[in-house]
Amino acid sequence: MTADGTGKPDAAVVRDALGVGVAVGLSGFAFGVTSAGSGLGLLQTCALSLLVFTGASQFALVGALAAGGNPFTAAAGAFFLGVRNAFYGLRLSQVLALPRAVRPFAAQWVIDETTAVTLAQPTRRAARIGFTVTGLSLYLLWNLTTLLGALGAKAIGDTRAWGLDAAGPAVFLALLAPMLRTATERAVAGLAVLLGLALLPVLPAGVPVLVAALAAPVALFAEGRRGGRGTPEAADVPAAPPVPGGSEEDR
Amino acid sequence: MNTWIAIGVTVLGCYAVKLAGLLVPAGAMERPFVRRLAALLPVALLAALTAQQTFADGHALVLDARAAGLGAAAVALVLRAPFLLVVASAVVVTAGVRAVGAG
Repeated sequence: MTADGTGKPDAAVVRDALGVGVAVGLSGFAFGVTSAGSGLGLLQTCALSLLVFTGASQFALVGALAAGGNPFTAAAGAFFLGVRNAFYGLRLSQVLALPRAVRPFAAQWVIDETTAVTLAQPTRRAARIGFTVTGLSLYLLWNLTTLLGALGAKAIGDTRAWGLDAAGPAVFLALLAPMLRTATERAVAGLAVLLGLALLPVLPAGVPVLVAALAAPVALFAEGRRGGRGTPEAADVPAAPPVPGGSEEDR
Repeated sequence: MNTWIAIGVTVLGCYAVKLAGLLVPAGAMERPFVRRLAALLPVALLAALTAQQTFADGHALVLDARAAGLGAAAVALVLRAPFLLVVASAVVVTAGVRAVGAG
């Protein structure tokens, strides 16, 4: 039922939220396996999912550590990936209108998936339900599957033989694909790939990714000089998650 | 120890930016340039990370089974497969190519 008779039925909101929460939550298994395969302990792997809880940053951190990166360089890459969550929070705080006392707790759930579900809702009530159900289901499942993945990695031995070292980059690609909406995004991605690969042999582990991030301001500068092509309005809406129910019009 | 330092810094940094978004008054980060930059940064980072974790072996660039796996993931994405299927296709194809000894 709806609260005011005009919005979307609560059950429909819960169904959408669970669809995203369950599908993405299960991929915590890939993180658990990848993290354990990168040499992190069970406690370290679970601490990341419990306390960082933003998948791309977690994968980036364990990848950089596995490559032998300096801890601060590795953390910097993970941090810059997490910065987008601040902009999600900005939008969410307007939509959800949370009491100040609740915000420190809600903050941990401010990620791609909760933002995509929440901003897609027509009313504040639906938005609050969507945020809570997506956040809760994703948080519980992500942490449970992280634990199972970390335990499973030990049982299956050589994770490379099972192709599990391809899980991390596949997750990155799946997160990236819906973001490539305009020529500017594609140019940024292409330049970042070139920088990241070209600098890999010559710079310390983790640093090439940070240098590749410069592709973003460079492309913005070039865009500004050309007279502002692209779609500035798309900037504050997170890409739809690549899960059932997520919809993006082109690729 | 280094690993715990990296985890601690990442935990604090990632939580701080999440909380900042909810606490900072709207308008402070509403400049179009800042918003565009925030949207483009993950594009650059994710693209560089995808490429590196597919083609890097330490400080060397290699072409191995992971490239085939990522190709499969890309096909799955074009076909709009669900998130889990995209990741699974990369894992299965990478394992398959290694099993036949090609990578």
